[in-house]
Amino acid sequence: MNHLVIAPLLLPLLAGTTLLLLRGSATPVRQAVSMLATMALVVIAVLLLLKVADGSVLVYRLGDWPAPFGIVLVADRLSAMMVLLTALLSASVILYALRGADHDGRFFHVLFQMQLFGINGAFLTGDLFNLFVFFEVLLIASYGLLLYGGGADRTRAGLHYVVLNLVGSTLFLFAVGALYGVLGTLNMADIAQRLATVSEEDLGVVRAAGLLLFAVFALKGALAPLHLWLPGAYGHTSAAVAAMFAIMTKVGAYAILRAHSLMFGPDSGPVAGLLDPWLLPLALITVVAGTIGVMASKRLSQQAAYLVVVSAGTLLAAVGVGGAEAFAAGLYYLLHSTLAAAAVFLLADVISKARGYALDKLVPGPELPRGQLLAGVFLIIVLAISGMPPLSGFVGKWLILQASIGEAGMPWVFAVLLVTSLLVIMTLARSGTMLFFKIEEGAAAGNPVRTLDLGAPLALALIGVGLVVYAGPVYEFGQAAAEQLLQSEAYIGAVLQVATGGSQ
Amino acid sequence: MEALIAIVIGVLTACGVYLSLRGRTFPVVLGLTLMSYAVNLFLFVMGRLMIGTPPVIQENAAYADPLPQALVLTAIVISFGMTAFVVILALRARAELGNDHVDGKENP
Repeated sequence: MNHLVIAPLLLPLLAGTTLLLLRGSATPVRQAVSMLATMALVVIAVLLLLKVADGSVLVYRLGDWPAPFGIVLVADRLSAMMVLLTALLSASVILYALRGADHDGRFFHVLFQMQLFGINGAFLTGDLFNLFVFFEVLLIASYGLLLYGGGADRTRAGLHYVVLNLVGSTLFLFAVGALYGVLGTLNMADIAQRLATVSEEDLGVVRAAGLLLFAVFALKGALAPLHLWLPGAYGHTSAAVAAMFAIMTKVGAYAILRAHSLMFGPDSGPVAGLLDPWLLPLALITVVAGTIGVMASKRLSQQAAYLVVVSAGTLLAAVGVGGAEAFAAGLYYLLHSTLAAAAVFLLADVISKARGYALDKLVPGPELPRGQLLAGVFLIIVLAISGMPPLSGFVGKWLILQASIGEAGMPWVFAVLLVTSLLVIMTLARSGTMLFFKIEEGAAAGNPVRTLDLGAPLALALIGVGLVVYAGPVYEFGQAAAEQLLQSEAYIGAVLQVATGGSQ
Repeated sequence: MEALIAIVIGVLTACGVYLSLRGRTFPVVLGLTLMSYAVNLFLFVMGRLMIGTPPVIQENAAYADPLPQALVLTAIVISFGMTAFVVILALRARAELGNDHVDGKENP
């Protein structure tokens, strides 16, 4: 067995535990440990990605129990890509957090590492109940991070977030229980196999369980009408945490993609295409709802939160269109939108500190210290997230539109994506004008902007530029990952060792 | 027996849903707790109801499915921890917002 598969889980777990033991030590020590662990995670994620780039499916059987009796971790192209994205995002976010966000208490880095543990686990696990457990791990860490620093707004938003997610967890367990009761297995590959031959009288239960799972994943992935918790939670938490949470909706999207292609994929017989009637319409409604939110927002950080909703909708629209080309376009857009949304959150925080009393409210405020530099960075990031050429958002949206040509939902996809893009661009242009040009004379500015504060948002923007420069290889990788997703027999075979006949 | 259990789970879930839709944090927490009880029972009976059979595989003897029992233990621990967390959070919201309404406002 290849132990590299479990390394992205063990590393944050060990780092988090170490940080818990080091809670009494000086801040720089804790920062160094957390930083080093996150950097090492990037290295491990790259190694894992290189390992699976040739199309092999790495299976790690915990305790060496053969599947489907034991729990397995599975790394294929999609999982490895998501782990690498998580690592890159967390490295940038922690760079920013070192500059202030982690000073409010001792446990920021502990929670941060545990969050990484949960996220990586959710991406790598091949077992449905284990997925539930990792969801809980990442959720309880996120509760702590969300409430970090306190304050009335944050507490209120946190309460909604926690209660909604507890209901979501309950539904998840109902779905898992129903699937186990009918199929007698929790291994996702095994479920996929047994779904194909499910009997007529059990079909209703299985369909209900499948749609319950979809509802839970949609709640995590902020799919309308289950997206209403997101703007409050993301808009009121601290910037570093909100930026890290940009990957959390992607966990939901990943789970939907995995369930859609593996468990309810074309080979699943009676339940094939279970999610098809729902995905595309709901995704497009999400895009519209998110855009209206972007236009109505009164603060830049709230706008960023609604941009996350828009990007979740766009991504799932690509999944809803279906087919390898659309999946590949969706994966490219996923990489782009996660990084760009995180960059907007971090930049909003920098601007908010520089504007003093006006914070990041979209009202005339004091002249910004180093306004030109800030406006330049704002322009780059906003061009990327709104999908203007030449940055990554444009490439992502263009790929999605191209993939939808000739598909059933094409007129809707084109109309919704193009019109909302225009509205988002206009709204963000208005925000930029308000923040940088509408100046209230004589108003006192806030803290001076330190160039290093802009390091993390710029790093994220640079990765975005890299996505454009290397759009070809990245898209090809996305296509390979999408094809692997659609050929679920190889995945099932590797997990259950039918085709390969031995450990990999 | 199956019918009785099914009715119990149904009633627990219905009460849980009703309570969690209330406007005050205390009923909401109670509702979440009732729902987690319901789902724990549900998970447990998914291994089918059996009486007097050990959860150990034996030659030529009936055995109860041990996996749902393990799942239920995990689920109980997680829901217990989450309930504790949400109770503390509700108390903190009561302290910081000045009332126990879930939206933090008395009858807007």
